Amino acid sequence: MPGLNTSSTADISFMLLIFFLITTSMDTDMGLARRLPKPPEPDQEDATMDIKSRNILYVRLNASGELWIKDEMSSGYGNLQELRNRVKEFVKNEQNLSKLPEKHVKNIDLLGQCFVTDKHVISVQTDRGTPYNMYFQVQNELVAAYNELRNELAKQKFGREFQYLKNEEKDAIKKYYPQNISEAEPKKYGGD
Amino acid sequence: MAGFKKKASREMPEMNTSSLPDLIFTILFFFMMVTTMREVTLKVKFVIPAGTELEKLEKKSVVSFIYVGPPTDNLRAQMGSSTRIQLNDRYAEAREVMDFVAAERQGMTNQAEQIISIKADQHTQMGYITDIKEVLRKSWALRINYSASRRN
Repeated sequence: MPGLNTSSTADISFMLLIFFLITTSMDTDMGLARRLPKPPEPDQEDATMDIKSRNILYVRLNASGELWIKDEMSSGYGNLQELRNRVKEFVKNEQNLSKLPEKHVKNIDLLGQCFVTDKHVISVQTDRGTPYNMYFQVQNELVAAYNELRNELAKQKFGREFQYLKNEEKDAIKKYYPQNISEAEPKKYGGD
Repeated sequence: MAGFKKKASREMPEMNTSSLPDLIFTILFFFMMVTTMREVTLKVKFVIPAGTELEKLEKKSVVSFIYVGPPTDNLRAQMGSSTRIQLNDRYAEAREVMDFVAAERQGMTNQAEQIISIKADQHTQMGYITDIKEVLRKSWALRINYSASRRN
């Protein structure tokens, strides 16, 4: 029996290869991961909780994409770099100032007794006309601020960057600096 | 006479190509693994924002995409140039996101891990995004991802 002629196998597999090259894409999808709050319960009363005003940092974005930052310390228009520093300063409250979020003692596994500001809230408010890019950059800066704080703490406590920590260590750090970003229903200033 | 014989024996032997199909198959398998199927034809065009604090979408099987942006150039004549939301292969309203989420969830084995990735154009007005987010909240699709490219 003569051997089967396989000289066309290469051509066939070439065709398959070209088919896959055309129909698929190589780009890996990346993005900023966020978690939405749970939907409000139907019988829940007005969700405005009693939060002390020293615990809130307002970040407002108007329809032309301008950024307005306010806490007990100061208020005014700012840019993205300022936002990151303000958020870090606000969440950290290193000198335990009375105008920045209150600190209290919390027992965290692996870290022991800590003096944390976990009652702080960052309230992001947007207008319906705010450009999406501006909103995204604000979210990015907020996450960046938290990541920097967590990295600093991770290096100080465990001697490594946050991403290289074990899961329990990550959880401890996350308890020390929880991400409390609230996005209230956006204001409707007329028009769309 | 010996010269003639020598000439005949110097003829180049044919190259053995029997391993060529195997090589090509290897390349094929490589591409099949690192790439993903294009699932929808885009009807909106968008330039996603650029950020620094991004995470990779690792599990493709739990991710569903919502596209937001103005219609593509060839559809502009019919559809106008205002922002549209695309679910699967067609334009949709924000409230239809709920059905979309439920339908996407149907086919998943680990439904709790569902991620909705929002691919929206930079210039979209936040109103559209907020509407989508409200509907996502109501449909309990709480893990979302704002699609972006890396910036240094």
